[in-house]
Amino acid sequence: MGRYTDDPAAIRALVRDREVHRDVYLDPDIFAIEMRRLWAKTWVFVGHTSQIPEPGDFYTCSIGAEPVMMVRQTDGSVRVLRNRCAHKGAKLVGVTSGKVGRFFRCPYHAWSYRIDGSLAAVPLRDGYAGSGFDGCDAARGLSPVQAHDYRGFVFARLSAEGPGFAEYFGASLSSIDYMVDRSPAGEMVIAGGVLRYLHDSNWKMFVENLNDTMHPMAAHASSAGTAKQLWADQPKDTPKPMAIEQLVPFAEGYEFFDKMGVRVFDNGHSYSGVHFSIHSAYAAVPEYEAAMVAAHGAERAKDVLGTVRHNTVYYPSLTIKGAIQTIRVIRPIAVDRTLIESWSFRLTGAPPAIFRRNVTYNRLINSPLSVVGHDDQACYRMVQEGLAGGGNEWVSLHRDFAAGEGGDMTVNGTSEISMRNQFRAWVNMMAPEAA
Amino acid sequence: MNEAEIARFLYREARLLDDKRWEEWFALLSEDALYWVPLSRGQSDGEEHTSLAYEDRLLLRLRIERLRRDPPSQQPPSFSQHVLQAPEAAQVGDGAWRARTPFSYAEAKGDAMLILYGVATHDLIAAGGGLLIRRKRVDLLNCDAALPSVQLFL
Ligand code: FES
Ligand SMILES: [Fe+2]
Repeated sequence: MGRYTDDPAAIRALVRDREVHRDVYLDPDIFAIEMRRLWAKTWVFVGHTSQIPEPGDFYTCSIGAEPVMMVRQTDGSVRVLRNRCAHKGAKLVGVTSGKVGRFFRCPYHAWSYRIDGSLAAVPLRDGYAGSGFDGCDAARGLSPVQAHDYRGFVFARLSAEGPGFAEYFGASLSSIDYMVDRSPAGEMVIAGGVLRYLHDSNWKMFVENLNDTMHPMAAHASSAGTAKQLWADQPKDTPKPMAIEQLVPFAEGYEFFDKMGVRVFDNGHSYSGVHFSIHSAYAAVPEYEAAMVAAHGAERAKDVLGTVRHNTVYYPSLTIKGAIQTIRVIRPIAVDRTLIESWSFRLTGAPPAIFRRNVTYNRLINSPLSVVGHDDQACYRMVQEGLAGGGNEWVSLHRDFAAGEGGDMTVNGTSEISMRNQFRAWVNMMAPEAA
Repeated sequence: MNEAEIARFLYREARLLDDKRWEEWFALLSEDALYWVPLSRGQSDGEEHTSLAYEDRLLLRLRIERLRRDPPSQQPPSFSQHVLQAPEAAQVGDGAWRARTPFSYAEAKGDAMLILYGVATHDLIAAGGGLLIRRKRVDLLNCDAALPSVQLFL
């Protein structure tokens, strides 16, 4: 309980057209309300269907503080269940992933559940006769969560209330389509492990930064700028290493990022790299391009391979890079603590060189040992600490503001529109009654 | 080359890193050196499986040059301390040795300190009367954990 609990007007006052109040990043009460109102009521990324190929396969994670698991059903569909025993609330499954036979069995008092979450058996059932147990919540087993599988991406909405899936994401889903269609077979498989990077900063700083195209030339000068210089010092005929190809574009100038363009959608989603991106100049892989043309036809193959969006933000929980088949998943832990999980995908039907490129990129950029990651993380932390300073309590998001902006629109890449767009969605979810 | 000489070499390597004598450390690397910090236990490949780090001389040179440029992440600067267990070393070929060194590693930055444990495996080759590092593999005890920034060399 803090000063924002039960005060939607005070929450609404934190977001202005082109400024936000520092409390959105600093106040633990705001964080708790975010978990209940924003993270519970929107569609949050849980995992990918390739993580649970067979019936009984499960993958566990949490949405905010709530432990959930996605489970492959016998009919091939995917369910998301709360990972919480219906009896006294023990976390039912303690490992990240695995496979059960027909039942989940709680280690504490041995209640067991079918893989659809329904209660299968309770020891000494007679003891419940006449207790009123049959009609209670516990007898219904594991509480299910609304789930939606979009081309293998499984999202869940904890709350029974909230926008529908298609309504929530709208036309932003085309970034997932373009990513999956980079496979000649139209299929991707998560592979190569997950990088888990702990940030000592608020989750929104990470999400905002993904389409913050004014930061690379400054924040990454010491990493990408140095890489560029090291490369310039090499003899002219040196073959270009993949690491150089991937790192140097982060050192591009303002004009490059401005011309990239940024597109926003309702509900906080956006992508930059509308026209081209830092991934556009990667070396061609002719064998792959041929496989794409054979699978999709020349026209669609050209469209898919020519679409090299930078980051697409599926607000608030997921950011994807279709052109390089990596995703970053946001797991908020506390107001100043956020876990970022980065996954790579193998495109079914593509040559190994494509996957090696993704793995390299993921490691170079998203590892806790990444020099690029160190640059970003240091900046978030500086904001987290600097905002404690009073005087001006507001964060400026003025850049390229235009009155009446919103809806589905594309503007110049260095606009701060994607951040304003996120906060418009944020305040609508956080304080709908004060609209 | 005996086990004691190899141990001396590895103690010196750790000392150079902790003293931030990057150029002298870099001079211990062979032309084809690899610095590898796997992401998974028993990981056998770094090309089609992600690693925490998988770096050749070019990428290691980038780390060193970057640290020299006083990057934002080095305000305040980080300091490291390796504590090594006595290495076990064995000859694995003509002029080639492999050493296994359990270690603890601390990285301090301002008021914060990160402590890691693991095992370093060095592949060493004889060169010019001394040794060079051909591969340094660092298996962290908690390689699959959520980790904060680790900014210096393990
Ligand atoms: S808490 Fe699970 S069976 Fe009792
Ligand atoms: Fe960045």
